[in-house]
Amino acid sequence: MSAVQEFFRRDRVFDFMVPKVVDGLDLSHGTVLYMEDVSVAFDGFKAINNLNFYVNAGELRCLIGPNGAGKTTMMDIITGKTRPDVGTCWFGSRMNLLQMSEPEIAQAGIGRKFQKPTVFEYHTVFENLELSMAGPKGVWRTLRARLSTAEHERIDEVLTLIGLGDEAKRIAGALSHGQKQWLEIGMLLMQNPLLLLVDEPAAGMTHQEMDRTVELLTSLAGEHSVVVVEHDMDFVRALNSRVTVLHQGTVLAEGSMDQVQNDPKVVEVYLGE
Amino acid sequence: MFVFKILKGDRGGQLFLLVLLAVMVAVPVMNSLPADNPLYLSTYTVTLLGKYLTYALLAVAVDLVWGYLGILSLGHAAFFALGGYAMGMYLMRQIGERGVYGNPVLPDFMVFLNWQELPWFWLGFDQFWFAALMVFVVPGVLAFVFGWLAFRSRVTGVYLSIITQALTYALMLAFFRNEMGFGGNNGLTDFKDILGYSLQADSTRIALFLASAAALGLGYLACRGLVKSRLGRVAVAIRDTEDRTRFIGYKVEHVKLAIFTFSAMLAGVAGALYVPQVGIINPGEFAPLNSIEVVIWVAMGGRATLYGAVLGAIGVNYAKTWFTAAFPEVWLFALGGLFVLVTLLLPRGIAGLWRRKEESAS
Amino acid sequence: MQARGTGAPYTGATSNPKEDLTMLRFLVTLLLLCLASAPIAAEIETGDAAIDAAFAQLLDRNFDVKAQGVAALAASGHPKTGELLRGILESELRYLKENGRLVWMQKRDDGEHAIDALSGEDYGTYSSRKFKKFPINNAMRGQLRALAAELELHDADPTVRLRAVNAMLDNVEPEHAALFSGLLEKEQDAAVREAMSSVIALARLSATDPAERRKAIDDVSGSLEPAVRNGLTRLANSDPDKLVRAEAAASLRKIEDKVRLYGHVETLFFGLSAGSVLVLAAIGLAITFGVMGVINMAHGELIMLGAYTTYLMQQLMPDMIGLSIVLSIPAAFIVSGLVGIAIERGIIRFLYGRPLETLLATFGVSLVLQQLVRTAISPQNVPVSNPEFLSGLWQINSVLALTYNRLYIFIFCLLVFAGLFFVLKHTRLGLQVRAVSQNRSMARAMGVRSARVDALTFGLGSGIAGIAGVALSQLTNVGPNLGQSYIVDSFMVVVFGGVGNLWGTLIGGLGLGIANKIMEPWAGAVLAKILVLVFIILFIQKRPRGLFPQKGRAVEG
Repeated sequence: MSAVQEFFRRDRVFDFMVPKVVDGLDLSHGTVLYMEDVSVAFDGFKAINNLNFYVNAGELRCLIGPNGAGKTTMMDIITGKTRPDVGTCWFGSRMNLLQMSEPEIAQAGIGRKFQKPTVFEYHTVFENLELSMAGPKGVWRTLRARLSTAEHERIDEVLTLIGLGDEAKRIAGALSHGQKQWLEIGMLLMQNPLLLLVDEPAAGMTHQEMDRTVELLTSLAGEHSVVVVEHDMDFVRALNSRVTVLHQGTVLAEGSMDQVQNDPKVVEVYLGE
Repeated sequence: MFVFKILKGDRGGQLFLLVLLAVMVAVPVMNSLPADNPLYLSTYTVTLLGKYLTYALLAVAVDLVWGYLGILSLGHAAFFALGGYAMGMYLMRQIGERGVYGNPVLPDFMVFLNWQELPWFWLGFDQFWFAALMVFVVPGVLAFVFGWLAFRSRVTGVYLSIITQALTYALMLAFFRNEMGFGGNNGLTDFKDILGYSLQADSTRIALFLASAAALGLGYLACRGLVKSRLGRVAVAIRDTEDRTRFIGYKVEHVKLAIFTFSAMLAGVAGALYVPQVGIINPGEFAPLNSIEVVIWVAMGGRATLYGAVLGAIGVNYAKTWFTAAFPEVWLFALGGLFVLVTLLLPRGIAGLWRRKEESAS
Repeated sequence: MQARGTGAPYTGATSNPKEDLTMLRFLVTLLLLCLASAPIAAEIETGDAAIDAAFAQLLDRNFDVKAQGVAALAASGHPKTGELLRGILESELRYLKENGRLVWMQKRDDGEHAIDALSGEDYGTYSSRKFKKFPINNAMRGQLRALAAELELHDADPTVRLRAVNAMLDNVEPEHAALFSGLLEKEQDAAVREAMSSVIALARLSATDPAERRKAIDDVSGSLEPAVRNGLTRLANSDPDKLVRAEAAASLRKIEDKVRLYGHVETLFFGLSAGSVLVLAAIGLAITFGVMGVINMAHGELIMLGAYTTYLMQQLMPDMIGLSIVLSIPAAFIVSGLVGIAIERGIIRFLYGRPLETLLATFGVSLVLQQLVRTAISPQNVPVSNPEFLSGLWQINSVLALTYNRLYIFIFCLLVFAGLFFVLKHTRLGLQVRAVSQNRSMARAMGVRSARVDALTFGLGSGIAGIAGVALSQLTNVGPNLGQSYIVDSFMVVVFGGVGNLWGTLIGGLGLGIANKIMEPWAGAVLAKILVLVFIILFIQKRPRGLFPQKGRAVEG
């Protein structure tokens, strides 16, 4: 009897009634990303363990944690590369990320920069940016695509921003490690996503470049939401944002850098038992 | 003009199309010369050249998916053969009452196997337009279904190569069966005429040669146009970093499926032009060896250049014709050695040599 | 359970033991004396008075007298009586007109020899006209058969007894029930006892009393003897009693079920042996492809080299086929292993990390190896003979027989698998192989000489391909194309089982073999194969990493 009651509850929404992909992002609650009770295991090893993680719209958030804490796996879940065993993951309050494919998630407005810079090695810098440009990405539209003046200008703008204006015609594979990092950030900018996931942007960068990155990321926040994973504590401090500490797949602590650094649990994890 | 825009920056392609045009003019002229003229080209040679051109088109189709999309298809001979069978069925129906058994509807092998009526899948093949349509549709549908299954579940790299090989192997076994209704072991042969013109006539042979050359030229332009479009750049992006392409919002499966299907159709056209020139199509065309041979033509000529595929197809096949006539037992040694040497020493093929020179010069 | 002989026809002459010659001479003299006093023109002179008298009656024109002669012969008590009766029955026993000796006619190169039926003495060649037969009629045949069988049923040799019982199965009379019940009590041999029980049951199936017949039906339930099944079919179709018909039909159904079950067992066995071939062919590939990530299209040709090694070994020692097979196993391992190492050192090591190029280059190698065999040995198939111990069958019951070669190939496959498993799990080389396959640079940093490990691993995989070739040489034609027909299948097995997982290869191979054999009866061999290929193509869509995938972060990256 109770089962039937459950069935006829008026506020009940059947799973199959919920559209898989919805247009437009609903940010009415001020939260851009919800991850609740997420767990995922590889061969019995719990990479993510009952994780709860929220990002507010326009927020800049740093994610730190020792190796194997689950930072990359978490990004894999958000971008659709890995499916969690249990848990929910929503983009805004209407898009269920767990039911969307990687390209759908990307088109919906989540951009990602990988830990290891991955650019299209056999394309020129310009082409790399052109390919990542926001816009229709269907097969037929891509076949017929012509670069408009406005798009051309936008690419030039980004080229200048990432300091690769002179390298536009070079093959991306020939760039230095730092330049590739910048190119990837540039590709992220071309995508113009609402939520940016940036995995170790400072690796391989000089101090000046790091400062520029900090400047860029801080300027992006507000209009975009940014999640930065970083090992370099100076870099994190410079970003001057809320910090989440991940450990063994769960959130260990959250707060400002100072709060987190003085948290005894965090100290224990970082300095060893 | 559109063609010039496509060929901008493609020096190899420009040269290739010029040569192709010259050959299209020269071959009919040389064939019409008196037989004792030193420039005379026998009809046999014309047909041989026509066969090479269909191989070249097949190689271009393979290069499109391998060179630009990173799919090493070891099953493209299957699409080639299916196109060939579609054309063969039309030619078979054209024989009409002139077959050994004189049955106006049923091809000889069906009479021989005591079939009473034409199976449903042979209906319509008496019309050229229908057969021509099927040349595109049958390989296209097979590639679409196969690709849809394979790409959706993200079968890539070597795995994909091996299941494409299994695909063509399974088709070969199937077509060897008499019950399939495609002539079993012997395949389809003894063709008489095409569109009312005798296949034995020199003029028909020349026309088929010209049709093959035109198909190759158009196929080349279509592939070049595709490669030069943004879709072509997306394809290369998929080839190099599939995951990354997905994360910037391209539906990799759709791109692969579209290009793979297009390539299969090109292969089908090549097969359809091949059959009337060699006069037979049998299940041997599905053999995995054939598919792999195509890949070595492409590797030899130079992957991801398109014109390199043409060069490789014609070069290797010319060598094959020469070897099998002069030293038949050496041919497999030569072919095998070619596989090894090209992959070890010439990873970018002959076109790669030329391009390297060009790059160092500029 | 016992190995059934090939059933050499009954020939008394060859199995005659030599009798004591002095004894013979004495008997002959005695006989001559007897004959001298005998007024009847007895033509048979064997030296045994009782036998002579019986045969004298046998030569009478009256068939009643002949029948008496048969009975007298059976009662003579001579040890050879059984053979003589069968000899008369099958018209093989003759006598020589000139001296009245009972003889077997034996064809030799120099003509027909007369061999004395009692002593085994060779009287030399005679023209065939000199031999005389004993004419008999149908009534006598029945009598002879029964008497011979009865004598043989008491023979000391259990195989003779079993043969006699089985010979009875085809024409059982109701009165046999009592006879065999008596025999059964004394019988010790299990096989003979079982056969006797069938005869008794059959005899009772023909009993006149319907109740008796029904009881008999109950008793034979589950018997797989064809004669029993025939008997039951007869009852089910034409017995006057309705109840008997129904029960016979029911019993028959039960037997059919059992036969079907054994049919399934047989299919399973065929599947396992076919699967073993697949596993043997694929397991070397599982190492080179699965553990090293190298696509070796020449794998089939390494199998072929193994088969040719077997052929060459047999050419070296044509008189010792069995030994040559055994020696071929290490020889093929070495030959294919060395060729494998040469391929790895000469080609593959330059192509690590470029799987598609490796595929093409090794395909080239496969073409060269094929042509090499064609040029050096022969473009045709070569004959490889099977040793004695691989032929014959293991008769489990009358409907289930397993051929030894299929049985051995299954065992051999398991042995090779176990051996390989041991090498990979419990030896230093195995440890290094696993280390290199998981993390090359790390293994190198730990002091593993990765180049050497690569070469040895490849050699190991190739050597096992060679061993598979030895096994295949016993099952299929050995020719230059041998390898080609296995390469697609082998890849399918490895991919289906899950790359990098030996267990997957074993389960996958056996599973595919069984699936193939299950489908074969209704789909035909070719269609079954196509269906299996299509199944695998679809399966890979669903589980791209095979049955037993490797999991974890390393794979994801």
